[in-house]
Amino acid sequence: MWKSFYRNFITNDGYKTVLQGFQNTLIIAIFGLCMGILLGAVVACFQVAGKRNKVARGIAYVGDAYVALFRGTPIIVQIFVFHFVIFPMLGSALSGLMECCIVFGLNSGAYVSEIMRGGILSVDIGQTEAGRTLGLSYTTTMFRIVIPQAIKNVIPTLGNEFITLTKDTSVAGYASIMDLTFAFRTLTDGGTNVMAPYIVLAVCYLILIAFFTVIIRLVERRLRKSERR
Amino acid sequence: MKDAKQKKPKFVGTEKTPVEPFDAEALIEVQHLTKRYGDLVVLDDISEKILPGEKVAIIGPSGSGKSTFLRCLNVLEDPTDGYVFFEGNNLCDLHVDINLQRRRMGMVFQQFNLFNNMNVLKNITLAPVHVAMQDLRKTRRANFFTRISNFFRPKDKKRPLIPVQTSRKQIVADAEQNAMRLLGRIGLAEKAKVFPSTLSGGQRQRIAIVRALAMNPKVMLFDEPTSALDPEMVGEVLELIKELADEGMTMVIVTHEMGFAREVATRVFFMDGGKIREQGSPEQVFGSPKDDRLKEFLSKVL
Repeated sequence: MWKSFYRNFITNDGYKTVLQGFQNTLIIAIFGLCMGILLGAVVACFQVAGKRNKVARGIAYVGDAYVALFRGTPIIVQIFVFHFVIFPMLGSALSGLMECCIVFGLNSGAYVSEIMRGGILSVDIGQTEAGRTLGLSYTTTMFRIVIPQAIKNVIPTLGNEFITLTKDTSVAGYASIMDLTFAFRTLTDGGTNVMAPYIVLAVCYLILIAFFTVIIRLVERRLRKSERR
Repeated sequence: MKDAKQKKPKFVGTEKTPVEPFDAEALIEVQHLTKRYGDLVVLDDISEKILPGEKVAIIGPSGSGKSTFLRCLNVLEDPTDGYVFFEGNNLCDLHVDINLQRRRMGMVFQQFNLFNNMNVLKNITLAPVHVAMQDLRKTRRANFFTRISNFFRPKDKKRPLIPVQTSRKQIVADAEQNAMRLLGRIGLAEKAKVFPSTLSGGQRQRIAIVRALAMNPKVMLFDEPTSALDPEMVGEVLELIKELADEGMTMVIVTHEMGFAREVATRVFFMDGGKIREQGSPEQVFGSPKDDRLKEFLSKVL
């Protein structure tokens, strides 16, 4: 069992496929999170500002529809729809990897928007009031006072989302992207020798996630400098 | 840049009483101020004037609308009806830039509300620096457009640029110097670089007062400044407020400290049920109260 895995991994250059898959998984996860944070922050800002501004409220409804759409369907269905229906229809010349990045970005944006909204609402209303009474505008108060504190509150949940996203990338293989899972599947001799590759695959994900956890902790500790906890 | 045709005024709130001419002498004038949450009437048709230099203390049982009244004075709470004038500007008119007006009204909260993500110095300098930078950017922008249009003008018709004498560095330095002066005054200069979460309640509240003072306000609004403090720390905060009062700052103070109100205030309002039930000099209100509700209130608290 381990012998055939060794043969596939080393002798038949399987490690190259695995490294390629590892790289793709990382690219999708990190790009997806960055896009998700940007998209989610924008949607959340409009949703929070929509309480007092009519234009923002209109945009917030669009955001609501977007969140409902992407939270209401499984990620794998989204990948099918985008990869086989929407992108061919648009005649896009994007590589499969880029397509996947965009789908995962859109998907995580929907979740992050809710996380961000919760973060902004969790900041004490007194902070906003204090900013406004000093004569700062609503926007300035938001960007200088509320959002920096909201981001600090949101980091643990955001880390959670990042980890979930990283693991979700394992379905990218269905759009024929060489991700980590797909790479290990090519080493199973067509499904006859599954045990060793899949165990190693699981360990790979574990190590990756453990690494991310440490990074998230460090970021959080850096941001919590201003608190006594 | 006044529009040739005056914009039709647009007011906050759902009901409209016609605007009456305001008294030019008053610093703050309140006309028919009403605040309702659904059926609950919090403020009931209050009309009042506050003159420059006056120190007004507002007392009353909880739920009587004291805090709401104070928050309506700088339109932190939108009144349902009525108007608030500050130096002749109708703050309830949506065409009046409320941010410009609020810069000249300091406010201090019961819960301090120092910005947790900044150190003490940054807390104090944030607003002054931001305001000065806004003006600086505005002049620079104006100069930029003048320069472009000057390019197309004949030589004798070039327009002069607005001189810029300051820079970001200068603004920050000035604000920090002013902040350190204010901090030195309350004896907390060595705390300039610490975060608010490491300070005691009394220190936080004094810094909150200083933060408001850094904008050189015309009037200070205090919303129960000592209610969240230990009895031990109340003294240091009240002392600072008293100092300000002696310097001639106009103040409106919502307070439960009757002794303090009697000592500092030039006028005392007693509020109950959303109305000012009795007002007058401290001697009158505390010495010979006329209103039955006030008598009952004073017998309980004194």
